[in-house]
Amino acid sequence: MDKVIIADNLSLAYSNNETIINKVSFSINSGNFIFITGASGSGKSTLLKSLYGALKPKEGSLVVGGVELRGVSGSKLNFLRKHIGIVFQDYKLIKEWTIEKNIMLPLIINGYEKTVTQNQVDSLLKHVRLKHQAGKYPLELSGGEQQRVAMARALSHNPILILADEPTGNLDDYSSQLIWNLLEGANTQLKTTLSL
Amino acid sequence: MKSIKNHLSLVIALLSILFSLQVFIIVDRSIDSYKENLATTYSVVVVSNKRVEDKVIMQANKIVAEVSVLTPDSVIQRLNTGMTKKNMELLKLTLPKFYKIKLTHYPTPKEIQKLTKNLLSNKSITKVESFSHNHDITYKLLLLFKSVITVFSASIFIVTILLIFKELKIWQFKHNERMSIMGLFGAPTWLRSAVLFRLSIVDALIASALAFALFSYLSSSAWILTQFDYIGIKIVIFDPLYDFLVLLGVAIFLSIMLASMIVLGHKEEV
Repeated sequence: MDKVIIADNLSLAYSNNETIINKVSFSINSGNFIFITGASGSGKSTLLKSLYGALKPKEGSLVVGGVELRGVSGSKLNFLRKHIGIVFQDYKLIKEWTIEKNIMLPLIINGYEKTVTQNQVDSLLKHVRLKHQAGKYPLELSGGEQQRVAMARALSHNPILILADEPTGNLDDYSSQLIWNLLEGANTQLKTTLSL
Repeated sequence: MKSIKNHLSLVIALLSILFSLQVFIIVDRSIDSYKENLATTYSVVVVSNKRVEDKVIMQANKIVAEVSVLTPDSVIQRLNTGMTKKNMELLKLTLPKFYKIKLTHYPTPKEIQKLTKNLLSNKSITKVESFSHNHDITYKLLLLFKSVITVFSASIFIVTILLIFKELKIWQFKHNERMSIMGLFGAPTWLRSAVLFRLSIVDALIASALAFALFSYLSSSAWILTQFDYIGIKIVIFDPLYDFLVLLGVAIFLSIMLASMIVLGHKEEV
């Protein structure tokens, strides 16, 4: 089975040099659905940031989707990010864009054709039950709706890996259930899902 | 309305820079034209005890354009108190020779000094009258005027650039989040900054178009043309092709610099 993530003696620290993750080694296979749990401040978000390259390894090696992240160049990092999907606790939607355009973002970046992009976005909007809100802006939606938009965006380009940082942390039960269903659905299509 | 507000601040800043630039160009042209007028009326008078060939005077300095002999006939006529023709011819021979020199352009004080020195090195030439006192006053006045306009235009330019830097901070704030989010999904720098460059080029085009309209109107304004007539200056106040291209080029250059500084100053949020 292919390994999507390989960490070898990985240490992570922020600019103040305080080590948050100290010499951990693990690997994750393609198709796995992984939960990482831990006490507050234990380094879950730090680990997640390192997996999409927002935080570079201080020591050791971290390979995600075949890309070594220690000393990674800007272009290689962009290449990795084009093939993964990220769902943030605070949604990180572009406020000036409609939700339709927000979902299109990964498809635009990956250079998909306009018709393919539009079809994919329409399909995802139906899937997350927001077709009737396509022309609205993120701030016009509730938290649960915004997170569904963020999920749709993360799935739009069929990524090899989905990283979700407490995706249901701020949501009510109904929205949370919807999100988990979406993540399970995504995992059964042979993607790896990592959730904190 | 939101779209107009987005564009207004940079357009106004660019327009003030373009305005000061074009005013500087117009004043520069006016001064050059005035100097040309002065050059046609200004001349240097050379006095020599012997006949000096025109060629010799022309070779004294490359700014000498034309040499003509000033005949002393009018002077002799005044002195004629019953002299015979023979005596008058003798007088003509003994009087000094006068030459009038026209120059290629209105000279600087240094050029006049050099010309005078070169001419006086010829032993036959006894005096060079450059009317330097009046010349210096006029020249310094033109220099002062040009310096004042340069300082004025530069001040407007600097103040406006500072305003643009402030605008840059606002743009950075507005676009930082969007650029960071795009970066998290692998967008290359050019794609993240495409919106910025598009906005800034549109603003450059708007500012240039407004400057074009303003100066086209001013260049055909009867009042403006009358003022130039009073001074005796004939210039092209605003060349619709050349001047517009200069203004457009400056506006686009400044806008692209602003957008580039925002892109370079962007830091990904961790």
